[in-house]
Amino acid sequence: MTKKIELSAGQVPEIGASQIELLEKLCNATGVSGDEHEVRQIVLEEIKLVADDVKVDALGNVLATRFGRGEQRVRVMLAAHMDEIGFMIVKKHEDALFEFVRVGGIDERQLPGKPVLVGREGLPGVIGAKPIHMTTAKERQNKIEQSALRIDLGPEIGEKVKPGDRATFATRFAITGPSIRAKALDDRLGVATLIELLKHVPAGIDLLAAFTVQEEVGLRGARVAAYAFDPDMAVAVDATPAYDLPHWDEDDENDRYNTRLDAGPAIYVMDRATIPDQRLVTWLQETALDAGIPCQLRQPGGGGTDAGAIHKVRGGIPSVSVSVPIRYAHTAVSLARLDDWANTLRLLHTALGRITPDLLAGERRGG
Amino acid sequence: MKSLIQKLVETPGPSGFEYAIRDVIREAIGEHADEIRVDALGSLIARKGTKTEQGLRVMISAHIDEIGLMVTHVDEQGFVRFTNIGGISPLTCYGGRVVFMDGTRGVIGLDGIERGKMPSLTDMFIDVGATSKADCPVKVGDVCGFERPFLDLGKRMVAKSMDDRVAAAVAVEALKRLGSTPNEVHFVFSTQEEVGIRGASTAAYGVDPDVGFAVDVTRSGDTPRTNPKMATALGAGPAIKVRDSSFIADPRLVDWMVQSAQAAGIPYQMEVLEAGGTDGRAIQLTRGGVPAGCVSIACRYIHSPSEMVDSDDVENAVRLLVKLLSEPIRLT
Repeated sequence: MTKKIELSAGQVPEIGASQIELLEKLCNATGVSGDEHEVRQIVLEEIKLVADDVKVDALGNVLATRFGRGEQRVRVMLAAHMDEIGFMIVKKHEDALFEFVRVGGIDERQLPGKPVLVGREGLPGVIGAKPIHMTTAKERQNKIEQSALRIDLGPEIGEKVKPGDRATFATRFAITGPSIRAKALDDRLGVATLIELLKHVPAGIDLLAAFTVQEEVGLRGARVAAYAFDPDMAVAVDATPAYDLPHWDEDDENDRYNTRLDAGPAIYVMDRATIPDQRLVTWLQETALDAGIPCQLRQPGGGGTDAGAIHKVRGGIPSVSVSVPIRYAHTAVSLARLDDWANTLRLLHTALGRITPDLLAGERRGG
Repeated sequence: MKSLIQKLVETPGPSGFEYAIRDVIREAIGEHADEIRVDALGSLIARKGTKTEQGLRVMISAHIDEIGLMVTHVDEQGFVRFTNIGGISPLTCYGGRVVFMDGTRGVIGLDGIERGKMPSLTDMFIDVGATSKADCPVKVGDVCGFERPFLDLGKRMVAKSMDDRVAAAVAVEALKRLGSTPNEVHFVFSTQEEVGIRGASTAAYGVDPDVGFAVDVTRSGDTPRTNPKMATALGAGPAIKVRDSSFIADPRLVDWMVQSAQAAGIPYQMEVLEAGGTDGRAIQLTRGGVPAGCVSIACRYIHSPSEMVDSDDVENAVRLLVKLLSEPIRLT
């Protein structure tokens, strides 16, 4: 590893043109759970000059290590998943119409009328639906079941597609004012954040960066990644829904928003997969307060991140999650704010710089 | 032992927030263990004995967490919305009282919903007596447990969180009474069982036992019109688990447990639980796999604020556990 570039360790990473360009490349790539190849290639290319050690494990996780300097370095695992929700072709019908299933959590009401890209070549298809001219009033009141939908690839193109091929929403990345509009922001925002952190690791820790696979189908990659790294602590970096919209059909306040845009990184206090170590929740909150970085607590409730797998590995690993809030998660297009992403990166970088062995000294306590 | 049970059930400790209850356990064990440690997920692990040629490394697991609630939102009027920690039926919530980890108390109210409709937890809120968001003493992420005093009915005892504090008390008492043993016994007071048997998983990995037993409560089939039917009854002795929906007890251990109970003249009953899981699953599936069983205490009204157990069952569970741990464990 003689080529290694020594990037300034203490320098606070910023979101600029090159970071946005990288995020664009990551979001536009296809990486439906189980076939994260295209995303992995981008990650490997980006980190090859900064990591001390890079492995691709049996499941396809990228495990990148960057060692710090000094004594008593805490081994900190960061995890961001490379995979995204999408589709898999299961059967070919006449006229290049393909039956498909969903991979990961997608509301079937989101499907009709969406353009998709199929296979590693990104062949253009569309999830067709009966036009309004042909539907009855009664039909229009019911959702269209996925089993009644097909991906239409048309002749010639359809010849190249076979069962097992994966497909993703065809949405292309765009910056719209202060916002990012793209597919797969969950969790390419996390992947891009981890890449930046690898390039700007604070010197006092060993950074163990896991770019994981198969999160959307059950936190699978993170489990084996954590087993291999065997870290002292872990932070999952992800994206989480912001349903910060008013109740326009009722006059009471929205009390189930999960997170809000423009309120900064969302720190987890509990989801269905993890009850984070309170010492780490406090560490993040105090860092934000001291450094003047906005942050919010994600409302406790459902959902799960890679932390859900990581914290149960071996003898247990103190873990927490931080997410960038995004609207319309797990649909064809999500919306995030550049500032929320920048503040997530800033919070993590600052917090990593404050880690000492004292953070994990003593027993797991309450808040 | 009743006073220990009372102390344990009246100390709040929802999953993930077991620090206060852990301190009660540590104090109750006192000098009786050879070694005490706490693992990364907060489980307290007390070792007694050293493995000999005739002995095995044994894990006993009783979970110290309980079901509870966590704050999701405080509205402008100071009402507190919440989500569940572990399996909570809305049926047991309305009008209930809760206590937060800092001692703040509140009552559970209900939105005006359609009459006859089964409420969900999102139809409910906690009222801590605040007049607005500004003077509400709790915030998002704060945790509370149900509040209900220990009730001594003589032969029967009632409390919230008998699941699984009564088993924790049984394990503490067994640890104290256990004399010479060929086994190296690790008493694990595990965390986060109610949210998915998490603490016992990491503890089992750390202990790396040769064999393990969970100690937990199980449903009791002796109340009117139970559905599904179950053969267990309060007062019929500790229950030797054959299976639940999380694991199938090692049949060699089941036979050995039955014979040991018979040999010692300890009453027992067999348990087949169709819904529900225990730390036994975590022990069984750790590393390369571990023979696992479970001693259960029949309990009525599980996951309500008034869980009822029988005092004799509790005492006999201690006797059975001490008997099992005192001798070589037969795995044939």
